[in-house]
Amino acid sequence: MSEAPEHLVKSFDQELNRLRNMITQMGGIVESQVALAADAIMQRDSASAMRAVEEDPKVDALEREVETFVIRLLALRQPVAGDLRQIVAALKITGDLERIGDYAANVAKRSVVLNQFSLPYSLAGLAHMARMVQGQLKSIIDALGESDADKAVEVWRSDQVVDDIYNAIFRELITYMMEDPRNITPCTHLLFIAKNLERIGDHATNIAENLYYAVKGESLPETRPKGDMSAYAVIRPRE
Amino acid sequence: MSTTMGEQQSQQSGSFGGVSARSDAAINAPRIAIRNLDFYYGDNRALKAVDLDLPDRQVTGMIGPSGCGKSTLLRVLNRMYDLYPGQRATGEAMMDGENIIDPSVDLNSLRARIGMVFQKPTPFPMTIYDNIAFGVKLHERLSKAAMDERVEWSLTRAALWEEAKDRLQTSAMGLSGGQQQRLCIARTIAVRPEVILFDEPTSALDPISTLKIEELIDELKHDFTIAIVTHNMQQAARCADQVAFFYLGEMVEVAPAGQMFTAPKERRTQEYITGRFG
Repeated sequence: MSEAPEHLVKSFDQELNRLRNMITQMGGIVESQVALAADAIMQRDSASAMRAVEEDPKVDALEREVETFVIRLLALRQPVAGDLRQIVAALKITGDLERIGDYAANVAKRSVVLNQFSLPYSLAGLAHMARMVQGQLKSIIDALGESDADKAVEVWRSDQVVDDIYNAIFRELITYMMEDPRNITPCTHLLFIAKNLERIGDHATNIAENLYYAVKGESLPETRPKGDMSAYAVIRPRE
Repeated sequence: MSTTMGEQQSQQSGSFGGVSARSDAAINAPRIAIRNLDFYYGDNRALKAVDLDLPDRQVTGMIGPSGCGKSTLLRVLNRMYDLYPGQRATGEAMMDGENIIDPSVDLNSLRARIGMVFQKPTPFPMTIYDNIAFGVKLHERLSKAAMDERVEWSLTRAALWEEAKDRLQTSAMGLSGGQQQRLCIARTIAVRPEVILFDEPTSALDPISTLKIEELIDELKHDFTIAIVTHNMQQAARCADQVAFFYLGEMVEVAPAGQMFTAPKERRTQEYITGRFG
């Protein structure tokens, strides 16, 4: 924990700092990937999309580096209490960040396909969702840097709104597809894009839960507000 | 037409919290209940209003920096301090409805009920057999056959029988350090105590002998209530059902071992066990 006094073994402090820096660095790259992917859709900018995809190997490499480092710390330092929680949380968070990077890359790839179609409808809903998710991600990465459990709780709560927007977009896209089969290809890509954004929000929430546990030593309640109702959506064409 | 999302994904649980607390064993009812216990070396108050339960047939680990009072507490529990003038205890340590620090308590029977194993193995300079029989004879009159049986039982329980059975009549001083410590444990359990106190039982032993003692403690807790003072926190984590942290004569925090080493409540505990001092 950042407010804890220094460790008697200074090299252990240095290692914990290095771990924290690796996670922060990974968070920064993933954040920019998501921003590039959002630009790729909203600005119909395939160059941004390519850059988002190109960042992915860096994230994967960092994840492997964190994993190796964590295993080494567990074996050599036998950490307990707050140190242990921080180290195990880092291992889990690195996995969530890697997934977020994958989703961002997937969004970017789909945007390239999408840019080959003319879209007869507004992307305002999706743009709003992308901004929300970027906001969540930025907050949780800031919270990680500051070991801020209160901020983690805010992010954890905010995911409900993203889920609500996702449900609305889901219904809207189905409607477009029913209106004209030529919409099916772009709308299917948009659906996956929306789903991927929604998943990014979920992973930001996971990070919030792990950060909260690492800082506080207790878990957030098991029942997080979950709002993805698309699995139950039934939309029928008008007769 | 009905549509459902085809790619529904299982929600991952993002939390690993609480797992350790859930897998901690339930703490049993106390065998010894310590309340408001103070101890003085002359004017120096070495234990300050200590409250602690030693749960029945479980292991209580006591940790804390040197001089924190943890060894003093063990000395109080079997009245070792009676040997020294100027040392006194006040408060309660209740066992079987009796306050064991009450001066009227019979020390011989108390020490038969509460055995102690020390930091350095302390075999008597006599045969392995006599090391065990010696203590038993102070409390019980046994036939030769019954004594043989008791010696075998004790050595078996102390995981030393296989190594010692062919040399019972040789000097205990010929045993290795780890074997000597197991002999001391055998000697302690030979009088069939209810409680065994271990004061740094492995600090003079090599790692393999240490693990053998820890395995033995794990076996013994089925029959005995155990308290172990240790400087080795990993040892407390491995052996103990509950762990108590002492600092400057105070019992700062007691918790099930899993809880203690993943999420201690007190800041001082956190700082001590992670190797920091505030």
